[in-house]
Amino acid sequence: MSFLLGSGAGFSGDRTDAAVAVVAELIKRQQPSALVFETLGERTLAAAHRAMRDDPESGFEPLLDELLAPVLRDCLDHDIKILGNFGAANPGGACQVIAELSTQLGRPDVRIAQVHGDDIRQQLHSLDLQRWEAERLDMPGDDALISANVYLGAKALSEALAMQADVVVTGRVADPALFLAPLMHHFDWRWDDWDRLACGMMAGHLAECGAQVSGGYFADPGFKDVPGLATVGYPIIEVEQDGSLIISKPANTGGCVTEQTVKEQLLYEVHDPANYLTPDVTVDLSQAKVRQLSPNRVAVTGIRGKPAPERLKTTVCYEGGWQGEAEISYAGPNALARAQLAAQVLRERLIFRAPAELRTRLDIIGLASVFDSDSGELQRSASASASGDYRLRLAAEHSERRWVARATQELLALYCAGPAGGGGVRRQFQRRVFTASYLVKRSDVNAHASLFESSPLGERRSERYVAS
Amino acid sequence: MLQAERTQTAVHPDSSVTLHQLAHARAGDKGERLNVALFAYDPDHYATLLEQVTEERVLALFAHRGASRVRRYPLPNLAGMNFVIDDVLQGGVNGALNLDGHGKTLSFLLLSMEVNSS
Repeated sequence: MSFLLGSGAGFSGDRTDAAVAVVAELIKRQQPSALVFETLGERTLAAAHRAMRDDPESGFEPLLDELLAPVLRDCLDHDIKILGNFGAANPGGACQVIAELSTQLGRPDVRIAQVHGDDIRQQLHSLDLQRWEAERLDMPGDDALISANVYLGAKALSEALAMQADVVVTGRVADPALFLAPLMHHFDWRWDDWDRLACGMMAGHLAECGAQVSGGYFADPGFKDVPGLATVGYPIIEVEQDGSLIISKPANTGGCVTEQTVKEQLLYEVHDPANYLTPDVTVDLSQAKVRQLSPNRVAVTGIRGKPAPERLKTTVCYEGGWQGEAEISYAGPNALARAQLAAQVLRERLIFRAPAELRTRLDIIGLASVFDSDSGELQRSASASASGDYRLRLAAEHSERRWVARATQELLALYCAGPAGGGGVRRQFQRRVFTASYLVKRSDVNAHASLFESSPLGERRSERYVAS
Repeated sequence: MLQAERTQTAVHPDSSVTLHQLAHARAGDKGERLNVALFAYDPDHYATLLEQVTEERVLALFAHRGASRVRRYPLPNLAGMNFVIDDVLQGGVNGALNLDGHGKTLSFLLLSMEVNSS
């Protein structure tokens, strides 16, 4: 019998009602299964660390309650294991929230396990680190450091399941390891069975971005049409003991699982397809094939595995000064010339109103923006209608807040002092986080799991009040 | 069949078309490095892609953004290929001033390339 892997979310900010249809389908199929929430991007973790500085009880996925409340009781009642990296910077805090939610749902007996060992911030500067091959940035000093987390593999998560955990909470792990772990636990594959590990890891790779394999991020009207994108079904991957994979989705949902959707996701964020590096296995996709079995069911075959890389990837987040944006719209007759004049005025103003090291970029949205270079090469050569609907956008960065504030304020001032008919200014700026990637020795990482012992409902908060 | 009609009407011998008529693509980022996976709708067009969507042409298409190197990995079983483009993200998701720091929209910059479909 196959094991079913369902995806409940593919990033922090994903639809929070997606897991409901997935869980209903898992229950209907009556097979061993797990539900995975992948909600931790490179920057999400830095934001979580920063939030935790202000409030020690935050630092995990802000929408944790909203994601789990609709499905937690059903998963516990039907022995569907839940795994998520929604612990972010504070897995213990997330465990506490889940314990409280389970109690409210009438299941105080929930077993929650926490994975440890990804946070290496404290020992970072004493470790033997290598720069990741495409990394350009130097290691930050201690004062700028926000976080340093290793991408852990599936072992500690599998250990957590061996402790009979119902819910496994992690911080940073390789996203597909969240899916590989329940397969390792269920099928009892060996940790050097490279081909099966590769299949399990790719099951995770295909499902980790949620709807991206089942019709999300795919539609191109008239070329690649997707039915029911508003109710797109998140994927369910069926995995056999021998490692064979079938991609499917819940009945009565939108979206589609086709050879095309699966191919696009198979290569998503992959570099050399013959050497896709993960903590547990090096995957070779070069001979992979996809085949439509029936509507919304696609088999993937030909995945091979090789020994895992010697070192684990670590992402370091550190303070990167300030970044801001401001925009203003021009529409109707001669709008393009007015937007271009506004850009010219802003350039002249910034020369004497801001320091030379202020880095800026000006786009005219509607003429050229996201494809363009920072110096606006496409903007100068692009042709567009003189009349239309254009939006001038300024982006600026500097190590000091005041200069980013000044630059964006200069765009705001175009309201009264710029060309005719400008409107709809939006202006915002915030601290920026830089990330850099390094490789750390496996022997320097201590990944392990423990069962979470929750404090009774409310106790934590009352203790805090007593303490203060 | 919309797709079949499109292929028939868009592709004439000796005609120049945008890659978008023949192929679909998805982009992903890691740091300053972008990958774009490109797949022919019709496996018969895979040879055309191999011949015309070369590392050199892709590097030229992304040169204005500072691309320093392009590597192409052919995937004949999938009628596709994976492009890995270095230094094209103007600082990447955290450092770029571009609205799209991930470079997610750049799959469609690749698809705007002109190819001769004969």
